Amino acid sequence: MQSGRQDGMQFGIFTVGDVTPDPTTGREPTEAERIKAMVTIALKAEEVGLDVFATGEHHNPPFVPSSPTTMLGYIAARTRNLLLSTSTTLITTNDPVKIAEDYAMLQHLADGRVDLMMGRGNTGPVYPWFGQDIRNGISLALENYALLRRLWREDVVDWKGQFRTPLQSFTSTPRPLDGVPPFVWHGSIRSPEIAEQAAYYGDGFFANHIFWPKEHTQRMIGLYRQRFEHYGHGSADQAIVGLGGQVFMRKNSQDAVREFRPYFDNAPVYGHGPSLEDFTRETPLTVGSPQEVIDRTLGFRDYVGDYQRQLFLMDHAGLPLKTVLEQLDLLGEEVVPVLRREFAALRPAHVPAAPTHASLKAAAEQAGKPAAETEEQVPA
Amino acid sequence: MTSRKLVVISSGLSQPSSTRLLADRLAAATVEELKLLGIAAEVRTVEVRDHAHDIVNNVLTGFPSGQWRTEVEAIGAADGVIAVTPVLKASYAGIFKTLLDVLDEGALAGKPVAIAASGGTARHSLILEHAVRPVFAYLRAVVVPTAVFAAAEDWSGGASADSLRERIGRAAAELAEQIAQREPAKPADPFALTASFEDLLPKD
Repeated sequence: MQSGRQDGMQFGIFTVGDVTPDPTTGREPTEAERIKAMVTIALKAEEVGLDVFATGEHHNPPFVPSSPTTMLGYIAARTRNLLLSTSTTLITTNDPVKIAEDYAMLQHLADGRVDLMMGRGNTGPVYPWFGQDIRNGISLALENYALLRRLWREDVVDWKGQFRTPLQSFTSTPRPLDGVPPFVWHGSIRSPEIAEQAAYYGDGFFANHIFWPKEHTQRMIGLYRQRFEHYGHGSADQAIVGLGGQVFMRKNSQDAVREFRPYFDNAPVYGHGPSLEDFTRETPLTVGSPQEVIDRTLGFRDYVGDYQRQLFLMDHAGLPLKTVLEQLDLLGEEVVPVLRREFAALRPAHVPAAPTHASLKAAAEQAGKPAAETEEQVPA
Repeated sequence: MTSRKLVVISSGLSQPSSTRLLADRLAAATVEELKLLGIAAEVRTVEVRDHAHDIVNNVLTGFPSGQWRTEVEAIGAADGVIAVTPVLKASYAGIFKTLLDVLDEGALAGKPVAIAASGGTARHSLILEHAVRPVFAYLRAVVVPTAVFAAAEDWSGGASADSLRERIGRAAAELAEQIAQREPAKPADPFALTASFEDLLPKD
């Protein structure tokens, strides 16, 4: 298989790419070690049978992944089945022209094993470094993405907007593989405008679903599904939904809690705040046995419906590489096979699988013309 | 008789607290004033001390947890608010401001609010005008003109206590009047879509 699984739900991992000292030893990996660890983790993901590896994009310490397509291109060359994605691609501060070029190039190199998740980025100082202003976050996301779509779907683009220099007779190269642009997810924690954007275009919507209560996810997915149907892309339960998740496992639940607690207590984002017990109750974080992770994850379906992609955050907060690889063994061997089986048994036939290059290409061919010439599947 | 929701935020830190005493007096007086206007008030008191850890966690995680979430929802759904803080180091209590810091944008916008403070001496009384009122003004709350300060001597009986009773009565009447003028509150929903996609996209 060349372009990811097509037979149901996709499971994978997403990484933030933080360089965080291991709180149990005080040791901080070098950037080189962290970058190579991310690659090792991606290769491991394929080895244990996961479908997706997604990398974050950041332009400030303590994060290393400022150049996602460089990393994903390298991983593409060393994998065969793994679908490469982002979590997220900054649609606000990146030039949409460069996104169009970089990811089309990656798509060719990876034989179509590429999709993207658009996000705005919430770090105020990053925006002015790229000539932008965080207060325009939503407007930037909307305008830049509208341009990106055209660059992938129209061979020659004339364009004028608010944030970028105008384009005259511009052709973004290379053209998308087989005339099929990469599938796009839109990620947001609590901005209804982004759920609306995803619904309008019939794109996927990804709820970060970590660090936040499930109610946020439930509301955002509910809105996205309702608007997806409103815009005529299918019924609400056919909308393309992805969720994040965060787990730490050991055979025995108590061992998992004992081992993970110092990482939790000192983690970026939520560390030095609520207790591990409070946070596992309030958010989808699960620390325990593989069976507990299976049960909790199957429960996500109860409040978002049947969904297409589940990504886990496995490698943050200073967890050593060895531990992360052990976690991936547990995920790949004990958790995901059960989740695949159980979710598949529950999913009605009319709920689609996650789109892949192959499925999008087949759909375009069925429509009778190359996707690049197909009118946008969006309302007038 | 129609009904309205009154939420009392009391951020006294000792128990028993004179802040809570002041809050209760203001609440009772407001209930009486509303009754005169034909409105039954449903009173809910948020004792800030009980949620102090959750409030700090809310600052760190960005979301309200546990029982604190219920209180946040109640504040958002309130038709009127009575906000009472002790004076600590020449201003409102830090935890009182922290509570306001974590409320959703617009949670108090347009909401009638009575402000009050308790302190050891009347020399602190203008903190209500110089510190508390500007914060609520920034939050676009409708703060009633009378702010009630209660110093130690106001609880001692005599003329000072009469004066406190009078100030409480005036603030309560002003708050009740503002509440009565309005339709029942519709809490803001941060997840609600306020514009469809065509309106969101920039126009040429």
